[in-house]
Amino acid sequence: MQKASPASPMGYGMDAEQPYIEDVVRAFVAATVFWAVVAFLAGVYIALQLAFPALNLGLEWTTFGRLRPVHTSAAIFAFGGNALIGTSFYVVQRTCRAALWGGPVPAWFVFWGYQLFIVLAALGYVMGYTQSKEYAEPEWYVDLWLTLVWVVYFMIFIGTLIKREEPHIYVANWFYLAFIITVAMLHIVNNLSLPVSIFGAKSYSAFAGVQDALTQWWYGHNAVGFFLTAGFLAIMYYFIPKAAGRPIYSYRLSIIHFWSLIFLYIWAGPHHLHYTALPDWAQTLGMAFSVMLWMPSWGGMINGIMTLSGAWDKLRTDPGLRFSVTAVGFYGMATFEGPVMSIRQVNALSHYTDWTVGHVHSGALGWNAFVTFGALYYLVPVLWKRAGLYSTRLVAWHFWLGTLGIVLYITAMWVSGIMQGLMWRAYDEYGFLQYSFVETVAAMRPFYMIRALGGILFLGGALLMVYNLWRTAQGHVAGQPAARAATVQPAE
Amino acid sequence: MQFKHATIERSAPLLAVLTLITVAIGGLVEIVPLFTIESTIERVQGVRPYSPLELAGRNIYVREGCYVCHSQQIRPMRDEVERYGHYSLAAESMYDRPFQWGSKRTGPDLARVGGKYSNEWHVAHMIDPRSVVPESVMPAYPFLARRPLGAGDIAAHLVANRRLGVPYSDEMIASAAADLAAQADPEADTSDLLKRYPGAVIGDFDGDPKRLTEMDALIAYMQVLGTMVKFQGVTPADLKQ
Repeated sequence: MQKASPASPMGYGMDAEQPYIEDVVRAFVAATVFWAVVAFLAGVYIALQLAFPALNLGLEWTTFGRLRPVHTSAAIFAFGGNALIGTSFYVVQRTCRAALWGGPVPAWFVFWGYQLFIVLAALGYVMGYTQSKEYAEPEWYVDLWLTLVWVVYFMIFIGTLIKREEPHIYVANWFYLAFIITVAMLHIVNNLSLPVSIFGAKSYSAFAGVQDALTQWWYGHNAVGFFLTAGFLAIMYYFIPKAAGRPIYSYRLSIIHFWSLIFLYIWAGPHHLHYTALPDWAQTLGMAFSVMLWMPSWGGMINGIMTLSGAWDKLRTDPGLRFSVTAVGFYGMATFEGPVMSIRQVNALSHYTDWTVGHVHSGALGWNAFVTFGALYYLVPVLWKRAGLYSTRLVAWHFWLGTLGIVLYITAMWVSGIMQGLMWRAYDEYGFLQYSFVETVAAMRPFYMIRALGGILFLGGALLMVYNLWRTAQGHVAGQPAARAATVQPAE
Repeated sequence: MQFKHATIERSAPLLAVLTLITVAIGGLVEIVPLFTIESTIERVQGVRPYSPLELAGRNIYVREGCYVCHSQQIRPMRDEVERYGHYSLAAESMYDRPFQWGSKRTGPDLARVGGKYSNEWHVAHMIDPRSVVPESVMPAYPFLARRPLGAGDIAAHLVANRRLGVPYSDEMIASAAADLAAQADPEADTSDLLKRYPGAVIGDFDGDPKRLTEMDALIAYMQVLGTMVKFQGVTPADLKQ
């Protein structure tokens, strides 16, 4: 593993007087791995519920309606969030040549505060405390807690940028900063609500009906745009050049990519509300900006992939890098599909169907999870000071299991989504609707099973990663026989 | 003076402020006018705040996350209008906090489910969906019929909604608990309730007149969905946005 890279002027290594704070980064890495397994397991379970409804168990705590937010929050906020905060703490220290602002105490507060947020949110869903706003389900008391944690996180991050030893702020940090600031803005506005009582969990949204709908999708789409895109692009901008040992392909493209992406993304929310009671002018704006968004998205993809020029051979020897680069490929695919689906006439077919679910997962599994796996395979040997990974063969197995799982997942959802959309609008020769709704439900079943199988493969690959990283952290590096048996368990 | 991006790259506060300005613009342009342009919400007759029992039922709908599989928003396409009824108006969800338009139809749209099925059908369907729709993949909700409706603080819920702008009157708040009980009691005098909440569906919803359960509240909510606006009296000009 390369320690100092010519990729950037920032690879000087540790300042002896001011050691980097790495304990907390190790904790975030462990939490990322732990929540990844939770998120994938929950996803597989609710996928199976749709194929076998008996798995809802007839209990209030285990219905699809309550577990689905557990899956989405575990995937986005627990797995994704821990990956983002953890890598941002790692990257900002090294690219600024400065230890985290405030020292270890606020950083550990962010770690434990964030884990508490996740646990409070998930317990709330299972118990029935939810706002039922998609991806913003936690009730007001959890939102307030997260706001506090986020403010401390912002202070640590910008404080570290301000006290940096490097003259320039590295591009990955622009994206992390935009992620932190924008998520704060979205979170605060969309969760404005009035509790019935300060001793109760229930609150009512400050906005109603059509205004609530657009505020929610302004939030919801930019949870994708800034949590799952800007933040993960920061991971791309640091870890791909590091692993490839090459500088970023184009500095100019980075600048254009950054400003155009963050400006355009925020407008795209109304494409979730095509043909609804949202005024047409807002729908049209949302569609136009979504199509424009294709360009910065692909600009970023090109910048990431072309960074490998001259180092493509590393894909053969570094399977972690294979994850990162494939992730950027999936990013390009998902950000092409997204603008297409945002066109009103396409959306007329795709909206309310599994096509959307498939689209989200080509991004979440192919882009977010894969780029995180690439970063984890890079980080664990560095953070635990090992010469390499326990097994690169296991990484290759993880890669192929994961890729096969994604392919099964998204093709099943394409077929079921487009089929369902077409069945809903089909007419028979007498001019009557051809299918009752429940006939479309029955037609989905085989695809729900294929989707669940894809999820199981993806989960299986992730379990191989857990084992591999565990053995690596324990010091069983490649080729050496294990000193003692290690058990498979998330490092938490 | 020549602009250099390096100026921004060298100052973390400048980068942060410019980022905030850049990401704030889109939301301001799209969201603020929805509060200021009057034609955003149609002026139609009939939309009223939810009755206390309907509101309690809506809160159960929200609690169970029904929106993850059911939309409440009919789009203006021939097949949707034939399948579900008149396309949804903005006015019809103007008191919905939060909105429950949804994004996925694993099950059918519910925007106009009110009056389409009997109370008995709903009870049977909630207790065991596959007893009435064999192909259904919906979870069973038998506990709703067992559990008494916990709505002792219903007046506080109306007050919270009024603070946010829902036009609940003093009278509605004062009689909230009585209205809640009366709506599910076939023996009760409901003339005042119906004056306050025209079109509210009255009766014993869950098949057990002695008990007020969560099932009563949820079905009361479902039976009013999409029924407030009477479309016979509406002309296209009324719906112009």
